[in-house]
Amino acid sequence: MSAPTLPSALVDATRDDASLRRFLHGLPGVDQVGVEARATALATRSIKKSSKLWAIDTAISMVDLTTLEGADTHGKVRALTAKARRPDPDRPDTPQVAAVCVYPDLVATAVEGLKGTGIGIASVATAFPSGRSSRQVKLADVALAVESGATEVDMVIDRGAFLEGRYGEVFEEIQAIREASGRAHLKVILETGELVTYDNVRRASWLALLAGGDFIKTSTGKVSPAATLPVTHVMLQAVRDWFTATGELRGVKPAGGIRTTKDAIKYLVAVHEVAGEQWLTPELFRFGASSLLNDLLLQRRTQHDGHYSGPDYVAVD
Amino acid sequence: MPAFEYAPAPESRELANLKPSYRPFIDGEFTDGGGEPLKTVNPATEEVLAEVGTASEADVDTAVKAARNAFEKTWGPMPGSERAKYLFRIARLVQERSRELAVLETLDNGKPIRESRDSDLPLVAAHFFYHAGWADKLDYAGFGPDPKPLGVAGQIIPWNFPLLMLAWKIAPALATGNTVVLKPAETTPLTALVFGEICQQAGLPPGVVNILPGAGDVGARLVGHPGVDKIAFTGSTEVGKLIQRQVAGTPKRLTLELGGKAANVVFDDAPLDQAVEGIVNGIFFNQGHVCCAGSRLLAQESVVDELLDKLRYRISTLRLGDPLDKNTDIGAINSAEQLTKIRELADSGEAEGAQRWTSPCPVPDRGFFFAPTVFSGVHQSMRIAREEIFGPVLSVLTFRTPDEAVAKANNTPYGLSAGIWSEKGSRILWTANRLRAGVVWANTFNRFDPAAPFGGYQESGFGREGGRTGLEGYLDV
Repeated sequence: MSAPTLPSALVDATRDDASLRRFLHGLPGVDQVGVEARATALATRSIKKSSKLWAIDTAISMVDLTTLEGADTHGKVRALTAKARRPDPDRPDTPQVAAVCVYPDLVATAVEGLKGTGIGIASVATAFPSGRSSRQVKLADVALAVESGATEVDMVIDRGAFLEGRYGEVFEEIQAIREASGRAHLKVILETGELVTYDNVRRASWLALLAGGDFIKTSTGKVSPAATLPVTHVMLQAVRDWFTATGELRGVKPAGGIRTTKDAIKYLVAVHEVAGEQWLTPELFRFGASSLLNDLLLQRRTQHDGHYSGPDYVAVD
Repeated sequence: MPAFEYAPAPESRELANLKPSYRPFIDGEFTDGGGEPLKTVNPATEEVLAEVGTASEADVDTAVKAARNAFEKTWGPMPGSERAKYLFRIARLVQERSRELAVLETLDNGKPIRESRDSDLPLVAAHFFYHAGWADKLDYAGFGPDPKPLGVAGQIIPWNFPLLMLAWKIAPALATGNTVVLKPAETTPLTALVFGEICQQAGLPPGVVNILPGAGDVGARLVGHPGVDKIAFTGSTEVGKLIQRQVAGTPKRLTLELGGKAANVVFDDAPLDQAVEGIVNGIFFNQGHVCCAGSRLLAQESVVDELLDKLRYRISTLRLGDPLDKNTDIGAINSAEQLTKIRELADSGEAEGAQRWTSPCPVPDRGFFFAPTVFSGVHQSMRIAREEIFGPVLSVLTFRTPDEAVAKANNTPYGLSAGIWSEKGSRILWTANRLRAGVVWANTFNRFDPAAPFGGYQESGFGREGGRTGLEGYLDV
């Protein structure tokens, strides 16, 4: 765990509820107009040819291939794992995705489907997506996921407690889940669409980093707006500032609503220019997405073949 | 893993329709100027772009006469609603030819295509649209009924925003019923001459707009010409003073928009990441060739280290190079002469004891380039804190209290613009009330709008351009 290496100022920040509040409210504000203007300007970077191909492969390797429906079945998860192993059967050089993300009760199926691949198994636990349940239920949810073999836990924070200013409670809960996750990587979902302001996004990001989250993640995908470029900018700044303060590298995962290669590349440019080159790896940046992968595969084929092949040439799973 | 290399994405220079030679535009026609032709150079490659005919003394006479004639016979008597139609037509033509103009501007000036395309050209069109709207509403502009134009306006513009400065000068002059003789800068005459074509396309009556390329001597003749009723100048303070002396004692009206050494004040409660963006935009926009550039950063001592760390990281991500590449953030310095000036001033900063930091970005072998540079530990007594550098060089000073910030910000002979960064509205208003500058931006920098007046205090000049106030400079009120 990261706590012992923290500089004393950061340790002091989490001493009690009042210090936590003082610390979070003492973070520099985020100017809405400014951050949105910067996000728009960066989105105009032109990526073509070899750099585009590199970006597509990098993006594929960062995808958390996700299915989070009430109608999820073992069959659906098996299909997804098959796709994760071989995203494009005609092109064996296509990189594998980073992880497959499912509900806790389906983790075992995913484990079986991904045996021997090294692909991560992520599971949304903690009464996903609303997080509205008791601590015991959330911990039991995490236990189910971890015991079934999940290597990554995607938890949701208690947005109600956060908006009520009960930061200590949110902090403690993240810590408890961190503990319960054991060796699994912890991604903390802030659900930025419900936090609304960029100031809140920055505070929630720091709260999650202080409590030991390995990743901060924008959204569940169930609330609109999900991931946006400016929100991701703020979170990338948070991990960069965290790195400056502690020397530790933590990751960012935008999730929900990223469907096209064009969009994914805009995020990669932001990772590159806001956080820095060292974040351009699946260890530190992920896309939470389901339909993005197919567009990446189609664009990859287009780059290699010189023409567009059409949606029937990639698997629908 | 390979680094994220952006592929070069150069805009095609064919779009500029570059011709081997350009000629002065007088009385609705392109004519051979009697002056010694000059060569205009692409500052990014040092290659000659085109030969440009310049105006002789006789050409200045002819142009002023043509402008007088147009003022008396066609443009002056024309109803405002008719003048508006021409201005709208010009605005639309600028939009239609904006890609061509943006590429030409970048070739001639060295500014990144991203800026000429996304900033200059939209603003040029906006200025003509805005002033077209005023042309038939001058009775309601607050200057009394039926305010009268002055007559012939002699206008001299600088090389940093060749076409935008042309728009700032010509649009209000025409909207208020004046006619124009304009001298573009010696190093950047091309877009102004293409604007002559646009005037022809718009069917503008001959003589309403005349464009005379040339050096300072053409400007001096224009300023001294007895047939000119008004002089509008944007450029250096030094030349501004000469013009003011020359005009003194004559009935000519004068507006001057001169140099600056703007303070960008960052309080400790500022949105730091956006302040960094604002600082970058304030000083590195157009390679710092901006009279209202935020060239002095005044940072509160309690945040200066954090701010500088963020700033240096951000600056090191700026991409310097081929201005025609869409991924380029910083283009070329406009001329060898200007580059020498920037180098000399930057060296003086080091000699006087400030700490120099230069972005590690690669710099092309050819062309006039200067890597983004930040001086910390700068004090008010140093040259780099007092003199306008007009290049990508930022001087960082510190302050302890709001009073000290205001005192330092105002401690300059200039006063064109200033910036304030704070999350606290009352502090922004308190500070803005005390800063002596024509424009004060809060939590942003270098934002322009045709409806917002722009101009200076003290050695930054007098008179305003843009907005309702800007009309006053071209009306007899």
